[in-house]
Amino acid sequence: MSTLMQFLVYGLQLGSVYALLAIGYTMVYGIVGMINFAHGDFLMIGALSTFFLSQAFSSFAVNGTYSGLIVALIIFVAMVGTGLIGVSVEAIAYKPLRNRPKMSALITAVGVSMFLENFPRALPFIGPSPRSFPMLFPAKRFQIQGVMISTTQIIMIVLSLVFMFILYNVVNRTKIGRQMRACSMDKDAAQLMGININRVISITFFVGAALAAASGIFYASIYPQVDVYMGGWLGTKSFIAAVIGGIGDIRGAMLGGFIMGITEILATSVNSNLGYAIGFVILILILLFKPAGIMGKLTIDKV
Amino acid sequence: MKKIYVVLSVLVLLTMLVSVAAVSAAETGETLKIGVVSPISGSAALAGKYIVNGVKLLENELNAAGGVMNNGVLYPIEFVYEDNEAKEDITTNVYQKLIYQDEVIGIVGPDMSKCILAAGTIAQSAGCPAIGTFTTNVAVTQVGDYLFRACFIDPFQGQVAATYAWGEGYKTAAVLYNNADAYSKGLYEAFVQSYEALGGKIVETQAYSGADVKDYNVQLTKIAAAKPECVFMPNLLNEVPLQVQQARANGITVPLIGGDSWDTPEVAQVAGAENIKGSVYISAFSPDNPDPIAQKFVNDFKTAYNGDVPNSNAVLAYEAGAMLVEAIKNAKTVDRAGVRDALAQIEGLALPSGVVTVGEDRNPIKGAAILQYNDQGVATFLKNVNP
Repeated sequence: MSTLMQFLVYGLQLGSVYALLAIGYTMVYGIVGMINFAHGDFLMIGALSTFFLSQAFSSFAVNGTYSGLIVALIIFVAMVGTGLIGVSVEAIAYKPLRNRPKMSALITAVGVSMFLENFPRALPFIGPSPRSFPMLFPAKRFQIQGVMISTTQIIMIVLSLVFMFILYNVVNRTKIGRQMRACSMDKDAAQLMGININRVISITFFVGAALAAASGIFYASIYPQVDVYMGGWLGTKSFIAAVIGGIGDIRGAMLGGFIMGITEILATSVNSNLGYAIGFVILILILLFKPAGIMGKLTIDKV
Repeated sequence: MKKIYVVLSVLVLLTMLVSVAAVSAAETGETLKIGVVSPISGSAALAGKYIVNGVKLLENELNAAGGVMNNGVLYPIEFVYEDNEAKEDITTNVYQKLIYQDEVIGIVGPDMSKCILAAGTIAQSAGCPAIGTFTTNVAVTQVGDYLFRACFIDPFQGQVAATYAWGEGYKTAAVLYNNADAYSKGLYEAFVQSYEALGGKIVETQAYSGADVKDYNVQLTKIAAAKPECVFMPNLLNEVPLQVQQARANGITVPLIGGDSWDTPEVAQVAGAENIKGSVYISAFSPDNPDPIAQKFVNDFKTAYNGDVPNSNAVLAYEAGAMLVEAIKNAKTVDRAGVRDALAQIEGLALPSGVVTVGEDRNPIKGAAILQYNDQGVATFLKNVNP
């Protein structure tokens, strides 16, 4: 029993990373109607920029740990910075193609992803080497009924739930949230109603990239190794999580992320040799019974 | 006046002599191309950097000498560097380009078994010798008689690890391996076979799929519960540091044993000295090896690359190149077939990692070093093991 609870904790920690990242996929898809394959690389940018920021702030560190205020500042700067990169990626690469066939935007996104991975790799001060991520959160471990939990795990699970709660309320209860929902229903009609679509899309990319940065920081805190390729496969998995939850729906993305994380861990515990395959079989089964995802509404669309 | 004539005639004579000497030395053959395939970009770009640097060192030496001398003819050597991104399909394309477009006399690399297994048949059917640098999987040279390698084979590494573990008195062992990687799986199988033959017991075997996995907690929880006396982790460079950290976090305090993929300073840096201390790994090469040829190579490498210490990737790439050059030197006919025959006959070639003889099945016979991490997380030379 305690082993199962232990695995659930691991599933939650992985799931919260997937969930935060899946939100970005789902928001961009809901509003712009494209799949931003470069989204996973925003996670990498968030994690790498946190690595360099904490190096810059290293004089404030005491015995390798940072005070809460400095950590909050580092995370804030990294999230805002990545958000701005997200906005500029949209403005440079996606905006000119907004009214072109969807395939063009999709291919551009793949190209942007390659660029974001290989450009930092080519920079001499970043390079391909994996780096050890600094300890931002205190890593105290304690046992509750045989289940080992660290403060890092608690902080990241709680913080990601807080981020999701805030986002959910912003989308449903504020003016900009209403504009976002209007755009996702009908972009042209929203424009006719006086909504500045460019601004809404920029904000969407900003929020998506900032959350990706947060998930990158959390991910690197529990698996403390960062390199320029860390975003690729995580991005793919989170995209699957978004589809499972019903792409376009924010609650669906959160749910899909947690399902993905827990399935992956539990399937591995059943049989480590086939764990991955079993996990994906379960996900395929979900899609067979709910083709539009758990929360999604079925619409016919070609990508 | 007479003196001037004497001086002048001596000068004229000297010039003639020099020019005759120059003519005889200038008997140069056509430029021979050597292909170098390594992951310059992609997930294994770090290995690629060391491979290219290792071969460049050889290139500099050859440039200084003007080329390779075969039967009194000096053949200038040109190296063609290609990127395979550590992928099988791209390796195949690159092999095709090197063999049919650049018409190389031989290929050095790539470093991964799975990549040369994919591309090897192309070299074999074209009759072009190819030397894998770090391709430790047994099947590589079984592709055909044009395939060689500069490293020892996987079973040998698994055997060394098992012998070491048994010799240290560990009666039980657990294994964590990557079942999507031929290298990891090959080492695991050989380890289990040798360890059980010696009388050891494997108490837990756990696997994971693919290099993109970063969570090994489930597997390590199970290994911790089985209470082994040592854990064998023959996994890839970017997976090992997290595995070491997570093993310690899951309460596994016993020594960890790794394969030659651990042989990069980044492993200890990312894993942390307090986690990795006491762990050992098998290596093709140790920069602390007191042998003079090894020390010369280490110093040349350090001078050329800002004090960077060469790892096994760099040494094996250099040695694969050196084996090819040696074969060109001894070849009866300077073509692909001649070079192949000369490669198969290499005997007692002194290289940085030791004396190399190409043995049966074109696998080199050479020793392995065992290194141990100390309290500062620095790998130090423990002992040498010979086949």
